[in-house]
Amino acid sequence: MDILIIGLLLGGTYALMAMGLQLQYGVARIMNLANGEVLIAGAFGAFWFFAGTHASPLWSLLFVVPLAFALNWAIYRVLIAPLVRRAKSQGKLDVDSILATFGLSFLFIGVMVAFFGAQYTDYSYLSEPIFIFGERYGLNRVVAFVASAIICIGLYLWLHKTRAGLALRAVSVNPSAAGLVSINVMRTSALAFALGGAVTAAGGVLLSMYLTFDASYGVVFTLKALIIVILGGVGDIRGTIIAAFILGLAETAVATLIDPGLTLAAAYILFMLVLLIRPEGLFGRRTA
Amino acid sequence: MSIVEKAPLVRAGLGISAREWRTLLISAVILVAAALVPLVSEGYILQVMISIVMYAALATSWLLFSGPTNYIALSTAAFFGIGMYVTAAGIDLVPYPVLIIASGVAGAALAAVVGLATLRVAGVYFVIFSLGLAELVRQFMTWGQHVFGTMSGLYVSVDRSEPEYYWQLLLLTAVIFVVGWWIGRSRLGFALRIIGNDEIVAVHCGINTARAKVILFVISSTFASIIGALVAPRWGYVEPVVAFNPFLSFQVVIMALLGGTHRLWGPLLGVIPFTVMWELISIEFPDYTTLLLGACFLLIVYAIPNGFTGLMESAFNRRTKAGGATTGSVQRTLDVPAGAVTAELQPQKSSDA
Repeated sequence: MDILIIGLLLGGTYALMAMGLQLQYGVARIMNLANGEVLIAGAFGAFWFFAGTHASPLWSLLFVVPLAFALNWAIYRVLIAPLVRRAKSQGKLDVDSILATFGLSFLFIGVMVAFFGAQYTDYSYLSEPIFIFGERYGLNRVVAFVASAIICIGLYLWLHKTRAGLALRAVSVNPSAAGLVSINVMRTSALAFALGGAVTAAGGVLLSMYLTFDASYGVVFTLKALIIVILGGVGDIRGTIIAAFILGLAETAVATLIDPGLTLAAAYILFMLVLLIRPEGLFGRRTA
Repeated sequence: MSIVEKAPLVRAGLGISAREWRTLLISAVILVAAALVPLVSEGYILQVMISIVMYAALATSWLLFSGPTNYIALSTAAFFGIGMYVTAAGIDLVPYPVLIIASGVAGAALAAVVGLATLRVAGVYFVIFSLGLAELVRQFMTWGQHVFGTMSGLYVSVDRSEPEYYWQLLLLTAVIFVVGWWIGRSRLGFALRIIGNDEIVAVHCGINTARAKVILFVISSTFASIIGALVAPRWGYVEPVVAFNPFLSFQVVIMALLGGTHRLWGPLLGVIPFTVMWELISIEFPDYTTLLLGACFLLIVYAIPNGFTGLMESAFNRRTKAGGATTGSVQRTLDVPAGAVTAELQPQKSSDA
């Protein structure tokens, strides 16, 4: 029961960060290895805000999200767009964007170390117990879960009820066909990439409320987000959310039953299983 | 007149052309010259030379797999760390040379498992898997030490002097070059270049792409583990955070890219300037190494995507073109970097293809 609830609470935040990557990889088709660093940057933003004002870190979403949006928009326009233009195939674009964002991730780590130092960082916010079914849990985890659920639902509605959301989904299905129905694919991809970065940074703010992090910890989150996206199926929001909960549960189970140091191993085992059994993801369709 | 026709047609024994004999001779001279370095210089210069040779070995072994296939492996640190750990764990139990072999075997086994799981599907999955591999192995090591109650750090002491480390690494680098050269001439190497250019074409040619990729990944990773085993006693003290430092994977990729990934000797051209620059950066700006390296990496990816060898080859091609000869249209129409076509045609005899 313990594992179930903590796992679900963790899965909620994971869903948010994986949605960010899903927008970047599923819609904009950019394999962004610097995704985790954006998340950590969001976490540092929340930490900095909390240390300065002692107000709820949730308020820091107000500046972290727009900043992350602008930053990722700029990254797409300046760094990624030339790669998209010079790429002759998706495979070539993958290689180029992997290299570029891999370099970018180390650049980000360097900047964050320069600003915040390399030590482990955490802060204590709402670390009072809340009782669910008679067991105690951290209130901060519950608040993070609720906030991330609100953002996820908002994003889902935006994607499915608005014209811009429709354009995003069209590009996700087929970029060249989307171009034929007068969707500006480049613009939409930039929007998706920027939005993905913003959502990821929001995930970072929420995670920072109950997790200890340091500047170089991003790669672990990049990996987890990637595994969730692949597990759920590329381009599939519903699959992503379910996969995030599966990973949250698996990690919590391993951490509680075996050793807290082996959470990444849990993620990898899930990844292995997906690759061996269903490479197209839980709900993905098999391509010919 | 194309470059292809200029190649000497005379073939000496073993099917090695006169031009290749010349390359071999030059390589041998460079090797001997490099081997003499410890006799004339020591101290700091020798230390830098050891780093250069170590990175040259790592970057070249990385290139064996990632160069022809375009599959970016970000897992060097994982295999390097395994080599270190096998050595550190067994140093009191078995003789050191046995451990070097055991490290290679351990690396090969892990690479085979990873390769079989990820190299059968799209390339992106392999990259993702390799990205966190060092962290994964580190977690397992830390956990294992926790469970078995050993200390987190291990001491390794083997009686070796600095020149001996240098010679060991130099010898291994030479072996890697020979293996790389041999693979380049073999059917396997040819298959890998086709995979790198277009995997679907490769499948339609009847190439068992998964098998070719796994074999090469295993070879490449085995070398990385052996290098770890060779270096471990020099570091003296091995602990998970140091042995599985993801920074190493990053450095190896950046060096190979700087030199160029289309030639076997490409990484060598990248390693030498980069190691020297790295020494300077870590002395002058010790707090900003990650930042500066990230910036360098981006600069290389955008400004010189084909590395130094790419620059040299395009300069060479321009010169031959300006000389009045029209180069064959083959080079223009195929989606391969300049010069790769000639590399494709030369070592292959028609019966092989």
